Formats: sequence, C-alpha cells, structure tokens
Amino acid sequence: MLYVVITFLFLAIVLYFLLGGADFGAGIIELFTSEKNRHRHRKTTYQAIGPVWEANHMWLIIAVVILFVGFPVIYSDMCTYLHIPLLIMLLGITARGTAFAFRSYDAIKDEKTQQFYNHIFVYSSFITPLFLGIIAGSAISRQIDLQAADFMDAYIYSWLNWFSVAVGLFTVALSGYLAAIYLTGEADDEIDARRFIKKARYMNILAVIFGGVVFIVAEIENIRLAHWIFGNPVSLIAVIAASISLLILWVLIYKGKRKIIRVFAAFQVTMILLSVGYMHYPNFIMLKGGQSLSLLTLHATSKTIDDLGWGLFIGSFLILPSLFYLYYSFQVNRD
Amino acid sequence: MNDFIAARSQMAISLGFHIVYSCIGMVMPLFMAVSHYKWIKTANPVYKNITQAWSKGVAIFFATGAVSGTILSFELGLLWPKFMEHAGPIFGMPFSLEGVAFFIEAIALGFFLYGWGRFNKWFHWATGVLVGVSGIASGILVVSANSWMNNPSGFDFVNGQYLNVDPIKAMFNGSWFSEALHMTLAAFSATGFAVAGIHALMIARNRNIQFHTKAFKIAIVFGAIAAILQPFSGDISAKNAYKTQPAKLGAMEAYYHTQPYSPLVIGGIPDTANKTVKFGIEVPGLLSFLVHDNFKETVNGLDKIPVKNQPNVTMTHLAFEIMIAIGSTMMGIGILYFIAVWKKRSWLTKKWFLNLFILSTPFGFIAVEAGWTVTEVGRQPWIIQGIMRTSEAVTPMPGIHYSFYLFTAVYFTLSIAVIFLLFRQIKMVPQLYEGGD
Ligand code: HDD
Ligand code: HEM
Ligand code: HEM
Repeated sequence: MLYVVITFLFLAIVLYFLLGGADFGAGIIELFTSEKNRHRHRKTTYQAIGPVWEANHMWLIIAVVILFVGFPVIYSDMCTYLHIPLLIMLLGITARGTAFAFRSYDAIKDEKTQQFYNHIFVYSSFITPLFLGIIAGSAISRQIDLQAADFMDAYIYSWLNWFSVAVGLFTVALSGYLAAIYLTGEADDEIDARRFIKKARYMNILAVIFGGVVFIVAEIENIRLAHWIFGNPVSLIAVIAASISLLILWVLIYKGKRKIIRVFAAFQVTMILLSVGYMHYPNFIMLKGGQSLSLLTLHATSKTIDDLGWGLFIGSFLILPSLFYLYYSFQVNRD
Repeated sequence: MNDFIAARSQMAISLGFHIVYSCIGMVMPLFMAVSHYKWIKTANPVYKNITQAWSKGVAIFFATGAVSGTILSFELGLLWPKFMEHAGPIFGMPFSLEGVAFFIEAIALGFFLYGWGRFNKWFHWATGVLVGVSGIASGILVVSANSWMNNPSGFDFVNGQYLNVDPIKAMFNGSWFSEALHMTLAAFSATGFAVAGIHALMIARNRNIQFHTKAFKIAIVFGAIAAILQPFSGDISAKNAYKTQPAKLGAMEAYYHTQPYSPLVIGGIPDTANKTVKFGIEVPGLLSFLVHDNFKETVNGLDKIPVKNQPNVTMTHLAFEIMIAIGSTMMGIGILYFIAVWKKRSWLTKKWFLNLFILSTPFGFIAVEAGWTVTEVGRQPWIIQGIMRTSEAVTPMPGIHYSFYLFTAVYFTLSIAVIFLLFRQIKMVPQLYEGGD
C-alpha cells in the first residue's frame, strides 16, 4: 500500500502543477499582455478556468493531506523549516483565488474595482508559482539544517538561496508556457490564437533559459543536479522524451493543430517532474550534511497507510470520472 | 505578545474566519436546491432569480471558504508541527475523506455555477444538491477530527509513544456524533437566520417584495427547525462533555465547588481568584438535572481537577453563556415563526415581526463563534485532551506574532471585501432581476 500512497502523492503534485500551475500561468501571461488585449485575454481565461479552478486547486489539498497523514514527520519538518515561503505561497493562493472570484462575481462591474482585482490577480499569479518553485527547490537544495541554532540558518537560508530562486523562476516560466499552450486551444479566433502562440514561444524561451540557469547555479552551489539526472536511465529517458515532445509540439503548432498540443505540453512537464522526482526518490527532502527525509522510512504505521490507500483508491473512483466529465463538458465540448 | 499566544491567536482567528464560510458552504447549496426545484416545478421566474442571485453570492463565499481552508490545512503544520507529527496519522482519516468530499463538491460546483442552460435541467439541479451534500459531509468529517482532539481514541498511549493506531476507530470516537450533530444544526440555524434576516430587511424596505418574501421563507423554514432542535442537541453535547472533559464542563458552568443538588449559574462573571461567580443567578439542582437527569446527584466541579489542567474559566463561561442566551432566543423566534404560519398569518407582514428577524441576523454566527470558543478554549491546556499539551505542540520558529498580525490584516481585509461585495449584490437585485417582481 505504501507504494500506492506514494504514487498518489506524486500524481497529486503533478496534477497540481499541470492544472493549478496553468491557472497561475493564465495570470502570468496576463501580466505580459498589452493593455488593449487584456480584456479579450480575461474573457478567454474566464471561460477556460472559471468552471474548473476550484477543482484544480484541490490537488494541492490532496497532496498536503497525504503528506500529513502518511508522512507526518516530513510534513512537520517541512512546515517548520520552510515556514516563511509556505506562508507567502498561502497568501498568494488566497489573494489570487479571491481576486478571481471577486472580479467574476462582483455584481457591479465598474472599471476601477475591476482594475484593482486584476492587479491583485496578476501579481499573485506570479508570486505563488515562484514560491512553489522555491519550496520545491529548497527540498532538494540541501540547505535545510535540522541542527541550525541560528534564526537565519534555520528559517531563512533554508530557502533563500540562488538554487531555490532559480527553480522558482523556472516554475513561473513553465506555468506561463503551459497556460499559453492551453489557451491557444481555447481562443475564439485566429488573432487570439496567434497571440497565445507568441506568448507560448516567449515562455518556452524563458523556460529554457531559466532551466539552464538552474543547472548552472546547481553546479556553483555544489548540487549535483546534472549528475543525478543524466546519471540514471529513468531520468535520462524522461528528459529525452520531454525534448522530443517539445519538437513535435512546435511542428504541430505550425500545422495548426491547436487542441492536441496541450497533451504534448502536459506530457513534457510531467516528464520533467518525473525526471527530477525519480532522481532523488525515495528522498522527499534532502538535508544539509548529506542526510535525507525518505518516504520509505518516515511513513506512518502500516494500518494508517492501508486506510489512507483505500481512502484514496475509493475516492479516485468517485472523483476521476466526474472530473473528466467536467473537463469534457466545459473544454472539449465547448461549442 | 509571546510566540505561543500569537500562534494560538492566529489559529483562533483563522478558524473563526473559516467557520463562517464553511457554514454557508454547507447550507446555502441546499437553499438554492429548494428554490431551483420550485423553479423547475412551477416555472415561476422569481425562483430562478432567487437561485441565481444566491448562487452569485455563494460563489464569492465559496472562493473565500476554499482559500481560508487551504490556509488552515497548512497552518496546522505551520503552527503545531509537533501535534501534527503525532496526530496526523491518527486523526488524519477524516481529513483524507474530507479531501475527497471537497473534491466532489468543487467538481459539482463547477457544473452548477457554469451549467445554466447547458445541461438537462434535472442533471443541473442534482449537481446543486451534490454540492450541498458533499459540503455537509465534509463539515461532519472535519468536526469528527476536532472531536478526536476532545476525546482521543484509536491508539494506545504508552510511555509517550502512540501505538496500535487505528484511524477508523479514531474517526468514530465517542464524541463525534454529538459534535457533528450540533455543528450541522448550528450551520443550518446560523445561515438560515442570517439569510432570512437580510431578506426581511428588504421586505421591510419594500423592495422586490415577491422576490424577498419567497427567499425569506426558504431560509427561515430551515433556520427555525434547526434552531428549535439546537438546545436538545446542545444538551447531548453537555452531557458528553461532562463524561469526557469534566474540566471543560466545570469551566462552562463556572462550577467551582463540588456539591449535591448542583446549582446552575445563569449569567455572572467568574472570579477565578476567589472561586466564586459575581452577579450570577444560582438555580439549585439544575446542573445535576442537566448532567444526570435528576436534581440531587452530585456533579464534580473544578475543585476535583488540578489547577494546571484547568482552562480559562472566565472566557469559557462567558462564551457558553452567550451561546445559551442566543440559543434560547433563536429557539423562541423559531417557535414564533411556526405559530405565525399556522395560527396567525397576519403577523407575517407586521413590522415588529420582520424587525425580530432583522435583529437576529447575526445571532447564529455569534453563537457559532461562541460555541467554538467553548470547545477550544475549554479544552486548554490540552491540544489532545489528556495526552499532549498545547505548549508542547507549538512551532519552534520565533516571530510568530508577525505572522499573526499579517493574517489578522488579511482576514480583516477579506471580511470587508466580502461584505462590500454582498452589499453590491443586494443593491443590484432590482436591476438584475427586474422581471421577477
Ligand atoms: C447557532 C449556533 C449555536 C447555538 C444556537 C447553540 N450552539 Fe452549542 N455550539 C455551537 C453552536 C451553537 C457550535 C459552534 O457549533 C459548537 C462548537 C463545537 C461544536 O460541535 O458545536 C457548540 C458547542 C457546544 C458545546 C461544547 C461541546 C464540546 O466541546 O464537547 C456545548 C455543551 C453546547 N454547544 C451546548 C449548547 C446548548 C445547551 C445550546 C442551547 C441553547 C447551544 N449549544 C446552542
Ligand atoms: C476541525 C476543526 C478544528 C480543528 C482541527 C482545530 C484545531 C485547533 C488547534 C490545533 C488549535 C491550537 C491549539 C489550541 O489552542 O488548542 C486550536 C485553537 C483554537 N481553535 Fe480550534 N480547531 C477546529 C475548529 C475550530 C473552529 C471552527 C473554531 C472557531 C470558531 C475554533 C476556535 C479555536 C480557538 C478560539 C482556539 C484558541 C484556543 C486558545 O487559544 O485557548 N476551532 N484549534
Ligand atoms: C469545524 C470546523 C470546520 C468546518 C465545519 C468546515 C467545513 C468546511 C466546508 C463545508 C467547506 C466547503 C465550503 C466552502 O468551500 O465554503 C470547507 C472548506 C475547506 N476547509 Fe473547512 N471546515 C472546518 C475546519 C477546517 C479545518 C480545521 C481545516 C484544515 C485542516 C479545513 C480545511 C478546509 C479546506 C482545505 C477547504 C477548501 C476546500 C475547497 O477547496 O473547496 N477546514 N470547510
């Protein structure tokens, strides 16, 4: 059952990234959209994420619950040493979720208040994935020090380092890229679609640049990222698969196949997460001084894991078909 | 402010904020389902307008409820890491099922809010009902997690170790039923009265009478029934509290000295130093009756419990008094409503009658906050009754007061924003739903 639970944890994280991340991405590209196009952009965004954002957001909750029920020590250490970035991420989620709901449901749609919601929505869409990335980066950066005596070492440098920040920026670029690709398929007309393709291109370039920066910083900070990724076959294959799918994706875009490309983008990001996830599996958090918090040793007792596994299993029978139908009704079957 | 107090205050304010939204999230979908049903059945457009007007308001509450809930699920770890480290695997079962319930709720909500005119009308209606059902299910599940903190079970505590963990047993601990029942009723009565109060105000001001009268009726029927049942369920809770948390009961009643024909103190301000209650009215034997169902059997008081294991009596007692006062009032108003419906229909349009409901708009929510204060403050100094002290659970990170100020500011801003939006919603009813009146 432990492996079932770990699989669900990984799935929840990937799906949060693919779906929730794309929601944030929609806000990020709104930030880079010229004033005159923003209105149209918002309309497409609303159509695309309005019905599904609460559901997308649930993957995060599922991941957190799996962590604290199944791997309480890891959850507790993560919450202690990454308290500050988690806090900022939560504020970001709060600001973004409420701003999005407020701007859609405010009964009076006057220019001034709408502008205000837009600002909050756009900036928090940027901050949240940045800190999500920082948290993820910190988990593998070996800067978390359970022995630290000093406030800065324990609670600040655990996450405020170049590597984590680089991962944060990479996450932002990936989210924007995902959103641009998804929205290309949602666009109402050719002009909009072209606009999104342009955005996707920029975000793709940014992602490649920041991805490079992550590797360089990793080398400087003595995190053997390149070695890990290219040193094990699964991660290596995943990286190659991601690159091939990136090529196919751009070929398809220029052939005008705009619905199917999202599958490739999603596949690509999944492969990136898989390669990173696999390279340090089963360690969830890597600590200063060489030790790690491993999913295979720091789990709850087997009774709890069994019950949790069954709960997730039964839950997914209820959730997945209805979730699929939700996407089908509002996205595939829109017109 | 020291870090420990800051952490407790931050937890309290986050939960106090969230609970308002969760009550609304549990109950409003069912109100909407009723009005939606009436629309499908009668084809009267007023019902459609009510459903849509409510659903817009509810979408705002949902978003706020969802994000504040997300904050909470992290906050448990951010503020109480040592608690979660041990309690997570034991009381986590309801949380994981709750995750499933929320998920279903969020999916159903997507269908419901964005599904107007897209789906078969009964399918659309059913998704609305599902939102409500899964909301209530998740409410009950979280409360079961909380009741475990009051009445821990499903593990053996040996030499500081938590052994033989059984999450299912922990979920169905001895207090889950009384707490879940009381909380569910509270959600219905609080939301019912609040919604009814707002519509009563509009009726009193002569705005869109048809619209508001129909909306008022749906809300108050639920609210009044729940308010009438509430004290009975509260009595079950009190008896249970005596069994499992005598210190809490002692503090609720400010009952310092063990004696036969145990008196109930009504009102009054506890004086902890002298172990007396000032300005209270004592009714001999009533506490015995409430706890044991007879007037003479002795109820054990706070003197049987070491002071270091006692909660803050003043706060617990005052909060309890507020809840009781409001509970009795709401029950009375609920009964009055049914008298009006069955015997005195003329009351329904009288000014004084409407004013009664307008006045009681916030009552239920005040009682909810007070009730949770009783439950949580009354459990102190324990975070897990009898097993772990709250002070042992708190995060080692210093500077929590900054985060407390920050969250206070955030919740304050959000509350203002939601109230502002709600006003705008109500203001727009005449323009948006013109045809309905
Ligand atoms: C509309 C709200 C409302 C109203 C009118 C009442 N309550 Fe209540 N009460 C709650 C809302 C609430 C609550 C917020 O929902 C609590 C907190 C925890 C819980 O399960 O319910 C609660 C807790 C609570 C507890 C503590 C349970 C525990 O910690 O184990 C007791 C003993 C009572 N209530 C008793 C009563 C009585 C005797 C009432 C009758 C007049 C009453 N309540 C009215
Ligand atoms: C499932 C639901 C709940 C859980 C798991 C929970 C958990 C906690 C925890 C961990 C604390 C901190 C430790 C402590 O002071 O005891 C706490 C405190 C507190 N909670 Fe709850 N709680 C729940 C529901 C609520 C609700 C809905 C409210 C509010 C309306 C509430 C009000 C408070 C208050 C006032 C405190 C502070 C107590 C004090 O400082 O003395 N709780 N709760
Ligand atoms: C007695 C206390 C509580 C009750 C009755 C309650 C009930 C609810 C309900 C009915 C909802 C859905 C309605 C809405 O979104 O507005 C909700 C949302 C949520 N609650 Fe609570 N809750 C309580 C305390 C807690 C606690 C202690 C936690 C955290 C550990 C929590 C976590 C959440 C989460 C994560 C959501 C968001 C779900 C979503 O995205 O739809 N709740 N709560």
